[in-house]
Amino acid sequence: MDITRDVHSQHISRQFNQELEALKTHLMAMGGLVEKQLKDAVTALVEGDSKLAAYVRDNDAEVNALQLKLDDECTRVLARRQPAASDLRLVLAVIRATSDLERIGDEASKIARNAITLSESHQAVRGLIEVRHISDHVRRMLHDALTAFARFDTQLAVSVVREDELVDSEYSSAMRSLVTFMVEDPRSLSSMLNVMWILRALERVGDHADNLAEHVVYLVKGRDIRYSDPETIAKLHDND
Amino acid sequence: MLDADMTDTEKTPAVRFAPEHCSLGIERLSLAYAGKPALNELTLQIPRHRITAFIGPSGCGKSTLLRALNRLHDLNPEVTRRGRITFEGEDIHAANTHVAELRRRVGMVFQAPNPFPMSIYENVAFGLRLQKRLKKRQRDDVIEWALRAAALWDEVKDDLHASAWQLSGGQQQRLVIARTLAVKPDILLLDEPASALDPISTLKIEELMGNLKHQLTLVLVTHNMQQAARVSDYTAFIDDGRLIEYGTTDDIFTNPRLQRTENYITGRMN
Repeated sequence: MDITRDVHSQHISRQFNQELEALKTHLMAMGGLVEKQLKDAVTALVEGDSKLAAYVRDNDAEVNALQLKLDDECTRVLARRQPAASDLRLVLAVIRATSDLERIGDEASKIARNAITLSESHQAVRGLIEVRHISDHVRRMLHDALTAFARFDTQLAVSVVREDELVDSEYSSAMRSLVTFMVEDPRSLSSMLNVMWILRALERVGDHADNLAEHVVYLVKGRDIRYSDPETIAKLHDND
Repeated sequence: MLDADMTDTEKTPAVRFAPEHCSLGIERLSLAYAGKPALNELTLQIPRHRITAFIGPSGCGKSTLLRALNRLHDLNPEVTRRGRITFEGEDIHAANTHVAELRRRVGMVFQAPNPFPMSIYENVAFGLRLQKRLKKRQRDDVIEWALRAAALWDEVKDDLHASAWQLSGGQQQRLVIARTLAVKPDILLLDEPASALDPISTLKIEELMGNLKHQLTLVLVTHNMQQAARVSDYTAFIDDGRLIEYGTTDDIFTNPRLQRTENYITGRMN
């Protein structure tokens, strides 16, 4: 049985409704902050803005604080309400999602630190086209995963899961281009390594967005697709 | 897990068991009190050596169903019944059924502990004395076994001849379970067995149920959904005299099939 977006506001206990609504609202706030961190990190890199990069790096503490706050709220709901069924799945999905969002925050901070190193090297940086391409892709995935969470939209969530395969292949081909640049110009070795770390971080963001989308499917359908093959995932909506 | 599979029978998602795993079978059971329907075409199977919980709102028929399983309604002339109940494949309403023997094999424990006004020892010996003549030595052995099985032995072994009424509520309930176990039933029916008890006594009863399922089949009626979730293997949700959904407790409490079940177990308005 699929659940709908308003399912968590129908309890006899209004206080319980509010607690569950607060979990969703705070998760979306954390998601919004992480999206901005990622966007700022990439902007700082592309525009060589080390001030913005430093801001992103320092602002990661804010993301961590939100994770602690949400984990606290989830613990309280588990202890006091002993939620079942879709309520239980919401709490579990939120706990898992905060962990993925926090890791995306870490990746954004990693990109920012590498952006600072690159801007201090005062060299022309190659590979930024690849970075921009992959970053657009994973940012869209992250945005869609959060939208799917907000709307309880499993079709959108499944499309995010599919996108991750594309990101993985884009990542491989970008890495091959970078290796070519390094061979052509060994002096660029150290800056190319920074770009590689950045690409690696973006690829990881794609993986976490994929996880977020899987949590949405668990929340709405009660199905855990984390290790399912693509055919099983494709059949998820067959009986709807 | 038993050899169980889920089938949607006429919109009621229900778990079914192979005959060799089935202890009690309820087939299209309808029951009415003075013409007023209490159970409506209810069909379900109770697996052997498992704990099955019946949950549902007050007046939904879950206790009525439990009492039907050892023919307690026979005592009420206003009750009418249609449908069949089988125990180990035999119809419990067949003409040759020995009702006292049925009630020995299908024991019942009620909400309020009801020890008899006699000693601890005599309480447990009561059913045994009715049933068959045993030498004192044999009887003592059975009583010790029953008190141990009910996790009460260590608390009472030094004063078996004290009045049962001196025991706490939780101890009295375990004494009643020992009294039921002493006649070696195959099934234990429990009607809100812990609802009058404090949390620690409740946990002891729940622990006891978990231990007993290796020896017998348990059927539990409870208002306390967390209790059903904690102790049972299978859960049947009953509402308005009908079986709404029946599945493994894991499924019912994490991902029920029907909105109506979900609403009840999560405390939502229908």
